[in-house]
This record gives sequence, C-alpha cells and structure tokens, in this order.
Amino acid sequence: MQFDQILQYTLSGLSTGAIYALIGIGFSIIYNATGIINFAQGEFVMLGGLFTLSCLEFLKLPLWAAIPCAIAASTLVGMLFERLAIRPLRQPTPINLVIITIGGSILIRGLAMLVWGKDTHAVPSFSGDTPIAIGGATILPQHLWIFAITLIIIAVNKVYFYHTISGKAMRACSYNRRAAGLVGIDVRRMVMFSFIISSAMGAVAGIIIAPLTMTAYDVGVMLGLKGFCAAIIGGMSSGLSTVIGGLLLGVLESLGAGLISSGYKDAIAFIILLLILFFRPQGLFGKADSERV
Amino acid sequence: MLRIKNINTFYGKVHALKNVSLHLGEGEIVTLIGANGAGKTTILNSISGIIPASTGEIVFRKDAITALSPDKVVQHGISQVPEGRQVFKPLSVEDNLELGAYLRYRSREGKAAIHKDMELVFELFPRLKERRKQLSGTMSGGEQQMLAIGRALMAKPKLLLLDEPSMGLAPLVVQEIFHVLKRLRQENGTTILLVEQNAKAALKLADRGYVLETGKVILEGPADELLENAEVKRAYLGKDKKEIWER
Repeated sequence: MQFDQILQYTLSGLSTGAIYALIGIGFSIIYNATGIINFAQGEFVMLGGLFTLSCLEFLKLPLWAAIPCAIAASTLVGMLFERLAIRPLRQPTPINLVIITIGGSILIRGLAMLVWGKDTHAVPSFSGDTPIAIGGATILPQHLWIFAITLIIIAVNKVYFYHTISGKAMRACSYNRRAAGLVGIDVRRMVMFSFIISSAMGAVAGIIIAPLTMTAYDVGVMLGLKGFCAAIIGGMSSGLSTVIGGLLLGVLESLGAGLISSGYKDAIAFIILLLILFFRPQGLFGKADSERV
Repeated sequence: MLRIKNINTFYGKVHALKNVSLHLGEGEIVTLIGANGAGKTTILNSISGIIPASTGEIVFRKDAITALSPDKVVQHGISQVPEGRQVFKPLSVEDNLELGAYLRYRSREGKAAIHKDMELVFELFPRLKERRKQLSGTMSGGEQQMLAIGRALMAKPKLLLLDEPSMGLAPLVVQEIFHVLKRLRQENGTTILLVEQNAKAALKLADRGYVLETGKVILEGPADELLENAEVKRAYLGKDKKEIWER
C-alpha cells in the first residue's frame, strides 16, 4: 500500500518535473545566449495554454491545429518582447534587465487577465482520460504525452546545440560575445533566436500541462519560478542537468506534498532553491569555474 | 585595398583615435607599433566595427565599411584575431574552426570545401590537428593563439588583422607564428595588419609600419627605415638612449 502510494507520487512528480525541466531549459537558453535571466519565461507557459483555449473555442480549430497555432502565437509574443523590451537597451546592466523582464511579465499577465478573465479554464486532454494502471499506481494518457514530448524536445535541443553550426554559434555567443561577432556571427540575431526557442518551449510546456492542472492568467508565476529552480539546480545548463534538476524538483515536491502535507508543496521547491544557491551556486552537477589564461 | 581616412574614435568620453589615416596595399604586411594605450587595438576594433569610428571613413576595396557591425565586416573579407586569443574555450578545436567558417556555412558553401580548409589550417599548425577533439580552453597559450589565427583563416579573409599575437608566448612559439604569417602572404597573398608590442620582430616581418602615440600617427615609413630610425630605436626597440647618443 505504502509502496503503491510512493510510486504514484513519483510518477506524477516526474510528469510535473518534466514540465519544470522544459521551462528551466527555456531559462537556460536565453541566459546562455545573452546573460539575461528572463523572468517573463513563465508567462509563455501561461500563454501557451490560453492561446490553445482560444484557438479551440473561438476559432473552432481541432486540437491538432490549435496547438501549433498557440505555439506560434506565444512565440510571436516572445519575439515582440525581445524586440520592444530587450533590444532597445544600449549597455544594459543585469539589474536593469531583471527589472525589465519582471516588468514585462507583469504586463503580459495583466493583458492576459484582460483578454481571458480571471477564471480558471479547462483544456481538453490530447487523447482521452482513461487511466492506465502501472503497478499499483495509475497515470493518465496525458502524462505519457508529457513524457514523450519532453523527451523529443530535449533530444532536438541536444542535436541543435551540439551538432549544428547554428547551435554551436549560439553557444559561442554565450562563451564569448565579442569573439562571436568577430567570426561573423550576428549576435543580435542569435539573441532574438534564443527568445524564439525559449518562448516556443515555454508554450509547449504550458500546452501539455494545461489538461492536467487547468490554466489561468496567473499560472505563469509559480511555473516560471519552479522552472527557474530547475535551471538553478542544473547550473543553468541547457542540457541534461537541468532536466534532472526539473525531475528531481517535481518528485521531491510531489513526495513532500503526499507524505508530509500538501501545504508545503511550494515551500519545498524554494527551500531547495535556497539550499542550492547557498551551497552549490554552480548547480548540483556543475564544476566551479576555472579559467586558463 | 584598405584606406582609413581621418577617423576619430571615442571610448565614452576618451578620445582614443585622433584623425588617424592609414592605408594598406594588396598583399602588404603593415605593422602598427606604439606603447600601451597608443590606440593600436582601437584601430583594429574600429575597422572590425566593434568600436565604430564616430567621424572619418574606412574604405575596403571601394566599399565604405565605417559603420558596419562586426559580422558584416567579416562578410566583406576582413577577419580579426583579437588580443588575448579569445577562443571559445568550452568548445573543441574543431568546433572553433568550424565557427570560423560560420558565414560560409550560412551562404550554403559545401561542407567539403570547409573541411578542406580545415586541413589547410592543420597543415599550417600541425599541433592543432593532434588536439582537434580537445577543448580549446585546456590548451596552452601558444596553441590557443594558433587556434585563434586558424579560426580567422577559416573565413578566408582577404585582410587579416592581428592583435598582439606574440603576447605572453615563448620566443620559439612566436617564431613559429610569425613564420606562418610570412607563409600566408607568400602562398595566399593575404594582406596583414599586425599590431605588436614586440616592435623589432614586427618590423622585421613587415613591409611598412606606422608608429602611434596617444591616438595619433607620429611616424610612418618602410619597415627597414623605421628599424633604423633613432626615435623608434629609443622608444620602442629598447636601445639605450646613451648608445644612440654616443654614435
């Protein structure tokens, strides 16, 4: 009995963890390309879910068409955000950028509240709600969708960043911006591109989780912060360590909520965040920076 | 091939280049010498578009490139090997070289041609070939300098700008690098603008030189004349004042 329960908590923890991982990777991609921590990242998660809803209800699109539309719409918002809020800054300081991205997130959230209202909305799941039994635990088909899509996105990411010239160029921008310009990389274009990838990934995360948790104009705050935790645990890498960070966070949160008290669910994430920042600011798996001159 | 007319460049309020003019002919090796802070690096950065000149004009083969961004300057065929190598440390030697050819990838040039050029770089610097899979940040300073030059060459530049390639390197390595520069001019006809603290070595390699002081060109001429110039000897070649006076 006890074991079944733990299995159940772990499985649902893994699926929320996968979502945190996707959001966390979004944070890391922008951070690595630009040095910006984009606190508006969570809002793209919210936009993904709510745009899907609009596509379904107002445009009467079938789900398979609504999803790409929603991703495209959220990505467009991400591009506008980069163009209007980030690019015009000449010589921005980190604190300017933090304030701007937080301001941007409040603005996007406010607009979303005007458009979609304050209610919580349900989004239909991708392929029914018949539970599937695994051992003594049950999961929903939507959980499988989450695992599969997360896996695909992570694999595509890996290929992009390590095996394509454009991905390597984006990494080059993060390691040495000036030198990137000197080999002919258009750094501003890369920054824009990082916002495109991140907002699209955030939207996907929002779309695949919306059927499980419902969505509303303010879901981005908490999901964004959890994704940020995942990225911090992973040392702001856009690879495997952030994925593990997200999964770890999801599982611990779910076990904590199940075995201790669901009131502590969010507290657990932030305790982990603080512990990591205090004791291993380079991330759980990161090596401390060393440079050879 | 390159003509700089009366440029003025500022770092914030600091007037770093004051009415600097210079020119390079096709296939020439020209060196800029001068003390720290004389503006040598700034000239390269103004050409590369990192710190654009606020007035004046830079013309490269009939195109005005004064206000272009760094990537556009590379597109015109000017590559810079920056001061302090600036290789992409967490990337392998091969990845660094591939990124050097970034614009060629973007213009859909075939992989085969790019890899052939990578072999040419390995031929110039055999040590890079041994270390092609190694992360560039873990290599020695000399090897990183070779990589930085190799990376710039991957763009197939017509004009190569080099900023203090000898800095902090052992004399033998410096010799090797200068030898490669000579070969580049002989074999590919690459034009080179070389900034150096090591004025003697630079003037021996170069055809012509410019001497800079506090943002101004104070002297210019054929390299062998500059090597014999009393003022240059005193200030930059480390000859004792007395030695010159007694002659």
